[in-house]
Amino acid sequence: MPRIVEKEVLAPGIKKFVVEHPLIARKRQPGQFVILRVHEKGERFPLTIADSDPERGTVTIVVQEVGRSTMELGLKEAGENILDFVGPLGKPTPIEKYGNVVCIGGGVGVAEILPVASALKQAGNHVVGIIGARTRELLIFEEEMRQACHELIVCTDDGTYGVHGFVTSPLKEMIERGDTIDHVFCIGPVLMMRAVAELTRGPAIPTSVSLNPIMVDGTGMCGACRVTVGGVTKFACVDGPDFDAHEVDFDLLIKRLQQYRDEEKISLELFKKKLGNMAVESSQAVAN
Amino acid sequence: MAKIIPEKTPMAEQDPKERIRNFNEVPFGYTEKEAILEAQRCLQCPKPYCVDGCPVNIDIPGFIRLVAEGDFLGAARKIKETNLLPAVCGRVCPQEEQCEAMCVLSKKFEPVAIGRLERFVADYERQAGKAEKPAIPRPTGHRIAVVGAGPAGLTVAADLIQKGHDVTVFEALHALGGVLVYGIPEFRLPKSILQHEVNYLASLGVDFEPSFVVGKTETVDELLEKYDALFLGVGAGLPYFMRIPGENLNGVYSANEYLTRSNLMRGYLFPEWDTPIKRGKNVAVIGGGNTAMDAVRTALRLGAENAYLIYRRSRKEMPARLEEIHHAEQEGVQFRLLENPVRIIGDENGWVKEIELISMQLGEPDESGRRRPIPIPGSEHTLKVDTVVVAIGQGANPLLISATPGLKTNRWGYLEIDPATGLTSRERVFAGGDIVRGGATVILAMGDGRRAATAIHEMLR
Ligand SMILES: Cc1cc2nc3c(=O)[nH]c(=O)nc-3n(C[C@H](O)[C@H](O)[C@H](O)COP(=O)(O)OP(=O)(O)OC[C@H]3O[C@@H](n4cnc5c(N)ncnc54)[C@H](O)[C@@H]3O)c2cc1C
Ligand SMILES: Cc1cc2nc3c(=O)[nH]c(=O)nc-3n(C[C@H](O)[C@H](O)[C@H](O)COP(=O)(O)OP(=O)(O)OC[C@H]3O[C@@H](n4cnc5c(N)ncnc54)[C@H](O)[C@@H]3O)c2cc1C
Ligand code: SF4
Ligand code: SF4
Ligand code: FES
Repeated sequence: MPRIVEKEVLAPGIKKFVVEHPLIARKRQPGQFVILRVHEKGERFPLTIADSDPERGTVTIVVQEVGRSTMELGLKEAGENILDFVGPLGKPTPIEKYGNVVCIGGGVGVAEILPVASALKQAGNHVVGIIGARTRELLIFEEEMRQACHELIVCTDDGTYGVHGFVTSPLKEMIERGDTIDHVFCIGPVLMMRAVAELTRGPAIPTSVSLNPIMVDGTGMCGACRVTVGGVTKFACVDGPDFDAHEVDFDLLIKRLQQYRDEEKISLELFKKKLGNMAVESSQAVAN
Repeated sequence: MAKIIPEKTPMAEQDPKERIRNFNEVPFGYTEKEAILEAQRCLQCPKPYCVDGCPVNIDIPGFIRLVAEGDFLGAARKIKETNLLPAVCGRVCPQEEQCEAMCVLSKKFEPVAIGRLERFVADYERQAGKAEKPAIPRPTGHRIAVVGAGPAGLTVAADLIQKGHDVTVFEALHALGGVLVYGIPEFRLPKSILQHEVNYLASLGVDFEPSFVVGKTETVDELLEKYDALFLGVGAGLPYFMRIPGENLNGVYSANEYLTRSNLMRGYLFPEWDTPIKRGKNVAVIGGGNTAMDAVRTALRLGAENAYLIYRRSRKEMPARLEEIHHAEQEGVQFRLLENPVRIIGDENGWVKEIELISMQLGEPDESGRRRPIPIPGSEHTLKVDTVVVAIGQGANPLLISATPGLKTNRWGYLEIDPATGLTSRERVFAGGDIVRGGATVILAMGDGRRAATAIHEMLR
C-alpha cells in the first residue's frame, strides 16, 4: 500500500500529498493521472499527478475537497497509507515545440497545469501562464508556476489579488493585442474551459483542455467517462483526458457530471454525521 | 440395471418473490442426500460422451462415482486434477451446451446434473476446510508474470506455481477474479467463493500485484526483462455501444459499468459503500447474453418496477445460460423479443425518458447460423424508461496491445496465437481467454490457461 510521506494544506480545502510509488514516479508524464481508493468501502476517483520525483520514488497529488471521497482523502496524514493507487493513467499531454504557448489553470487546475507548463518550457516553448482562483487565499502554486513559465498572470474573481476577473480576461487581451499564440493549454472548472474554448475558436488558436468526467476503472473497461468530441464518443480515461477544446461537447460533460448529484448529497451528509460523531467521541475521550 | 429416473434431482432455491429483494445466491445447492441420489442417475458409461463435452475433459463418471459412494473429498480431488475452479464452473458453465448436452441420458430424459454435482463437491470441500495442498517442488528459479487475474490468468498461476516456478499476477483493478468479481453478480457467484480460491493460490506462494496496469505502470517489454515468460489473460473488457442517438444521456450505462458499480464497488449497498448506482424504476437492458441477464436481474434487485430485456432475435437464439433465462423469467423480467432500439430520448436535463424501438422479424441464417433479424419498416414505438443498460457484447481493450510493439491481432483486435501453445507473435509471451477468443466462457478461458501453462513449462525446461 502506497504510503503518504508528506502532507501540506495549500489553501482552505486544498491539500497536497506526496505519495511513495516508485513505479508511477518513474513512468508518469505530464497530463497523466492516478485513480485511488482511500478505504475498502470507498469510491475509486481520479486525481492528476502534479509532480513526481523518480529518485525519491514519490508522486505528488493535489486534491480539492468537494465531496465525500476527496474529504476522506483530506483526512489522511503523513505516515498513513492509501489503500489503492493505480497509474499512471491516460494519454500524456503532447509536449512539443509549439512556439508561444499559454497555460491556463483555474482553482485546483493550477496544480494540474503546472507539470504541463514546466514540460513545455523545457521543450523550448515560450510559456505564458495565467492562473486564477475565486479569492486570494484559494490561490495555489503561484511560486511554482512562476518558475515554470516565462511570464505569469494571476487573477482572482473578487479582485483580492492580481488581475480582478476571470482567467479569460488576460487571454482576451492577448488575443486582441495580436500576440502570437501557437497553442493554449487549459485545465480548470468546466465552465472556465468552455469560456476559453469560445475565446480561441474565432482566431482558431489550437486549444487543449483536460476533461474531468466521472470515472470508475480508468482503463477503458466501463465507459463511465464517455465524452463527445467532434461528434464522436470517446472514453476520456484512455483517449484523453486531453482533447481539442473546439470539438468538445461541454454541455454534455456538464450534464454527465451531475448524474449522481442526489447520491453525492446523501453520501456527504452521512459522512458529516459520522465525522460529527467522531468529533464527539474524541472530545469525550479527551474529557475522560 | 436400476430403473432410470427421468428427471434431475431438483435443487432448492430462493423463492423468486423473496430473492428479487436481496443479492444472496439464488440456488441453495444439493444436500449430501440429494447429491448421492443424483449421482446414482449416472450410468457410468464406458464411453462417456459427457467428458468430450467438457472443454477441460473432467473425468465426469469418475467423480460422480465417488459422489455416489459418499467420498465427496475424493470427488473434489478428482475434479481438481483438471479444473481449478469447480465451485465457479459448477455455477456458471453453460452445461446445457457442454457436458450435459453430451450426456447419453439427455437423448430421452434430463441429463445428469453434472454442474450441480460439481458445485456440491467443491462447496463440500471448501466448507469442510479440507482442501489438500499439493506438494510444491523445489524452486526452479524461473519467474513468470501473469497479466490479468481472470479465470485464464488464475489457472496459469495455479499450474505454474505447482511446478516450482515463481509466479506474479498483475491485475489492473484492486480486486482479483476478472469478470468473476466485477461482472458476475453475487446472486449467481458469491464473492466469498472466489476469495477462497484466491487465498488458496496465495497460500501456495503466488504473488498478487493488484492496481497494476500493464502497458501503463510497466510495459510488457519491461516485464520481459525481469520475467522468463508472460501470460496475457486480459479479457475482452471493452464495452460496445450501439451508436444510436441518445447513448450518452444520463442514465445510460454499459453493462460493464452497471455491473462494476453494483458488484465490484457494491453499489447495491450504497450509501454504506460509497459508490452510487441509479436505482431505476423502469429499466431497459439491451442484449440476450449472460451479461444482459445479469444486468436485468440486478436492475430488479435494485428496485425496478419494470425490468425489460430487449433482444432483437427470438428466445431460441438467446446466448445466455438456460438456467439464467429461466431464473429471469421467474423473477418477473419482461422479455421484449424481436425488438431493437433505434434511439434513446432524453428530457431537458439530459436524462433518459424513453427508448424508441423497432420490431424485427427473422430472415435467413447469418454467419453465426442464427436467423438474421430484419427491422419491420414503420413498426417504431416507444417505451418509457429511466435507465438503459447496453449489454450487446464487448471487444478487445486496446490499452495493453497498443503499448506493446509486435503483438499481432486479428481483424477484431483479438490476439493471434499458436493454437497448440498459446504463444503470441512475441517470443516468451503467451495468451488465452477472452483476449484471444472474444467473449467466451470461464471454462474455455481456464482451458486456455492450462494449455499455455504447459507450454510455458515445456519452454523453460
Ligand atoms: C482525469 C481527472 C483528473 C482529476 N484531477 C484532479 C485533481 O488533480 N485534483 C482534484 O481535486 N480533482 C481532480 N479531479 C476531480 C476529482 O476526481 C473529483 O473532484 C472527485 O472525484 C470528487 O469526488 P467526491 O466524492 O469528493 O465528490 P462528489 O461527491 O463525487 O462530488 C461533489 C461535487 O463535485 C463534482 N464532481 C464530481 N465528480 C467530479 C469530477 N470528476 N470532476 C469535477 N467535479 C466533479 C460534483 O458534480 C459535485 O458537485 C480529476 C478528475 C479527472 C477525471
Ligand atoms: C456479466 C458477465 C457474465 C458472464 N457469465 C458467464 C457465465 O455464466 N458462464 C461463463 O462460462 N461465462 C460467463 N461470462 C464470460 C466469462 O466471464 C469470460 O469468458 C471469462 O471471464 C474470461 O476470462 P479471462 O481470464 O480471459 O478474462 P477476464 O475474466 O475478463 O479477466 C481479465 C482480467 O485482466 C485484467 N486486465 C485487463 N487489462 C489489464 C492490464 N493491462 N493489466 C493488468 N490487468 C489487466 C482485467 O481487469 C481483468 O481482471 C460472463 C461474462 C460477463 C461479462
Ligand atoms: S467444467 Fe463445466 S463443462 Fe466441464 S464438467 Fe464442469 S460444468 Fe461441465
Ligand atoms: S454421459 Fe451421462 S450417464 Fe454417461 S457417464 Fe456421462 S454423465 Fe454419466
Ligand atoms: S473510467 Fe471506465 S472506461 Fe473510462
